Amino acid sequence: MLLKTYENIDSIGRAILTIKADGVHNKELAEVIYPNGQRAFAQVIALEGDQVTLQLFGGGFGVSTNCKIRFLGKPMQVGFSDDMLGRIYSGNGQPVDGGPELLSDMIRVAGPSINPVKRLIPKEMIRTGVPMIDVFNTLVRSQKIPIFAKAGEPYNRLLANIATQTDADIIIIGGVGLKYDEYHYFKQRIEDAGSQNRTIMFIHTHREAIVEGLMVPDLALAVAERFALQGKNVFVLLSDMTQWSDYLRQVANAQDQIPANQGYPGDLYSQLASRYEKAADIEGAGSLTILGVTTMDDVTHPVPDNTGYITEGQFYMKDGYLELFGSLSRLKQQVNDRTRADHRSIMNAMARLLSEAEERVKAQKFGSVKDDYSLRLLEYRKTFQKELMDPFKYLELEDALDLCWNILARHFRKEEVGLSSKLLDVYWPESTILKIVQDTSHE
Amino acid sequence: MIQKANGKVISVNESLVGAQIIDGAVMNGEVAYVKIEDGKRLKAEVIDVKSGGLVFLQVFEDTQWMQVGDKVAFTGLPLSVKLGPGILGSVTDGLQNPLYELGKMDWFMERGLEVDPLDTRKKWHFTPKVEPGDTVTAGSVLGSVPEKLFEHKIFVPFSLEGEHIVLDIVKEGNYTIEEPIVTIKDKSGRTEQLKMVFDWPVKKAMPFYKRAVPTKSMPTGIRILDSLFPIAYGGTACCPGPFGAGKTVLQHSLAKHSQADVVIMAACGERAGEAVEVFKDFPELIDPRTGKSLMDRTYIVGNTSSMPVAAREASVYMATTVGEYYRKQGLNVLILADSTSRWAQALRETSGRKEEIPGPEAFPMYISTLISAFYDRAGVELLPDNSSGSLSIIGTVSPAGGNFDEPVTQATLLSTGAFWGLSRNLSDARKYPAIDRIDSTSKYPSLLEVEEVAYLLELLRDGKAIASNIILMGEKGIPDEIYIRYQKAELVDTVFLQQNSFHEVDGVTKPERLRQMFDIVKEIIEAPIVLHGKEKIRSHFNFLRQAFLDWNYLSMNSESYENQKSKLLKMNKMMDYAPENV
Repeated sequence: MLLKTYENIDSIGRAILTIKADGVHNKELAEVIYPNGQRAFAQVIALEGDQVTLQLFGGGFGVSTNCKIRFLGKPMQVGFSDDMLGRIYSGNGQPVDGGPELLSDMIRVAGPSINPVKRLIPKEMIRTGVPMIDVFNTLVRSQKIPIFAKAGEPYNRLLANIATQTDADIIIIGGVGLKYDEYHYFKQRIEDAGSQNRTIMFIHTHREAIVEGLMVPDLALAVAERFALQGKNVFVLLSDMTQWSDYLRQVANAQDQIPANQGYPGDLYSQLASRYEKAADIEGAGSLTILGVTTMDDVTHPVPDNTGYITEGQFYMKDGYLELFGSLSRLKQQVNDRTRADHRSIMNAMARLLSEAEERVKAQKFGSVKDDYSLRLLEYRKTFQKELMDPFKYLELEDALDLCWNILARHFRKEEVGLSSKLLDVYWPESTILKIVQDTSHE
Repeated sequence: MIQKANGKVISVNESLVGAQIIDGAVMNGEVAYVKIEDGKRLKAEVIDVKSGGLVFLQVFEDTQWMQVGDKVAFTGLPLSVKLGPGILGSVTDGLQNPLYELGKMDWFMERGLEVDPLDTRKKWHFTPKVEPGDTVTAGSVLGSVPEKLFEHKIFVPFSLEGEHIVLDIVKEGNYTIEEPIVTIKDKSGRTEQLKMVFDWPVKKAMPFYKRAVPTKSMPTGIRILDSLFPIAYGGTACCPGPFGAGKTVLQHSLAKHSQADVVIMAACGERAGEAVEVFKDFPELIDPRTGKSLMDRTYIVGNTSSMPVAAREASVYMATTVGEYYRKQGLNVLILADSTSRWAQALRETSGRKEEIPGPEAFPMYISTLISAFYDRAGVELLPDNSSGSLSIIGTVSPAGGNFDEPVTQATLLSTGAFWGLSRNLSDARKYPAIDRIDSTSKYPSLLEVEEVAYLLELLRDGKAIASNIILMGEKGIPDEIYIRYQKAELVDTVFLQQNSFHEVDGVTKPERLRQMFDIVKEIIEAPIVLHGKEKIRSHFNFLRQAFLDWNYLSMNSESYENQKSKLLKMNKMMDYAPENV
């Protein structure tokens, strides 16, 4: 096939280039050829008459008007082969681990969504050994769920923990805007867990151009989807999608798009959704589970906000703990009625009491908490945090449920916990001694 | 007859494509197909006609690989929905392509695939209702076929103009929707053959035969709605909430338990998994009111969040048009539109690409007009045969940041009769359904009496006020009788307003049971309490709560139900008791 090369570049921006050309396809891949023979990728993003707008994977810096543009006659693709396991790739799909380039099938990137009738209702619990997840917000195979956390929280540690402690056949790590040490951390954890032979990494660090970062989730998900269609249970880790959204904002801005909220493009929701929706339990095949990271300061910020409407819940991490309030697994109801008879009820009772305790925390600031019950609630809150909320303490689900009953019995009377008499008869640990707190008030 | 136009692509910007007309006339809103290099035809809609023969199309599919110069074939027809027997129980995408049929072709929603919206091979048992020589007009009933739960009337297409004489009609028997069943003649002698199906443009509201005001409440099985914030047959409700506040569970609960004849779920730009749950679970669930599968009364339109954005708008309108059609059948139809914000966002994307001057939060200026026109399609219709049908619309809104003060929520509030505000505070406290007890409203009649509703609302407001006093002053800082009032409000909230949607019994409360529950709640509220000291008062209400919750989980008309009820009433009168005696 004859590839057309053009030399008449019109304009060069931070991430965008325009050129006059004809016979070009929308979303066609192109190469920028520098005068010294170096090459960088670009993709067509808009056409108007003979004016072609290209997105530059390597950024606009250093591109000159005497560069040439060669249109490659194909859309963005990524290689796919079993030999990719253990390898590390960049955001434009090139190996960056010094290993050889592979001969592999080329598969499409950012393809259409799977027909909903081919999806199964997710029904299989993934045991993580993290009580705040297993008991309170159970993770389910094919779920898409991010960790919401401030930058600096140990979210990548939790991500790596979950990926390596569970039974995934394939782990695909999509790193967007990683610091070098974060990249190194993931690599190390995978090696320590002996999981290299089931892991592929697509990594973009701050060193590379942002358009490459934008591509990472698409590449990771395209490869993951193919493995899932082959019957594998695939885990995709995406860290950090807030960075990714920021890149999206920068590129939209460079294209003069009208911003919606806080400068983000109006299609932020659709853009995030088309990535997260790749998660699926596929009829007659495997599954794709997505664990993401969304760094944030405030949950009403456009990125966590839009993400929350898309994903099937979120794990909210704060001060190194997994919080109960703010965390949610939308799929837990699919599985937590088949774990143990008390699972759902104790989960709800614990949460309700904790919420009552939170009310008292407010009241405590006014110095108005003096009665025994309120003081016991506050004690309960402390115990809850200490014994259940540390995400790095491994506990099997059954042990965690027993611990919940034990915590309740240490702080409350049977009739205070709002559980049905049927469950209380079976599970209430009668031998546990209620800790009465000294009533400090004078009535 | 309009001559169908031809054109070619001159610009491509995601789903917005500019085309130059080569010949023929073009209509704003008509459907066009863009033929791309590999021969696939991508469906599109004309959304703007500019000077110099330039039109803008919004393409309902991915525009990858489109080129300047690709041919555009205009159809001369607006975007329409096919109306006829076979819609109920089906699942389609936003352009009425049946998903199960598409699923036979590919794993993925590949572009350019189109399938007959309704099964063209299935034979329906048609019984004629008119004879040769009869005069018919648009909307006249030609006959009927049984569809799932009811007799599906076969109409003269609503678009037919003037009076026609029936020349010929088939005998009772089995026919497909492709076969002509009636031949009619107009005054000028022109004849026309009619089938059991016809098209209707989705964006055109079907005219009401006669319109009436919604006055009858529609039981939903959800106690807080049926008692405090009801919806009526033919009414509209706006249900905004931040993510995680329980919109989805509420929607599913409404789809399962609402006392409507037909439920249409428009999954517009939301998670695919949620629609899957419905169309894979519902066929297995038996609707206790009909004894048949719940899917038999359900139609699902799924344009989920990762499907092409431009078709979101079409999906909402399509659901509404189908709803209007079943209303014409004399049925009570409920549309659950989830979520109207995604539709608005789709409009925002297109508007942005067209470089229209943006309104608040970059939404197009006309968003409020579109929203109010959409909800206006709901209503009660009095039909020619003196029966009536209704179309109710419950629209969820997903406000950015959970802030109700944004354009879509505000426009929806102005257009709807009930407002169910979902609250993150309530959902964090696991007080489901997390519908705000104080701020929500409804102008429709409740299943309870007006004064009973006021009575409950007053108690709840008192409870909220006392709760904030307790935070300030501590439990000991307030008098016993005030504390008792607070405990009563808490009890009503816990045992009456909160409901476990996932429980077989507690998940749905029928009107008879709601009445019994309210009567007992009232008895508890009015019982004189002679206890002193917060500890004793709290303990009394703890026992009552426990007994009430146990009762909520027992199915009505069982022996244990009656036993628990009398136990509850007895406990209400006891003040100083050891729990073992109860």
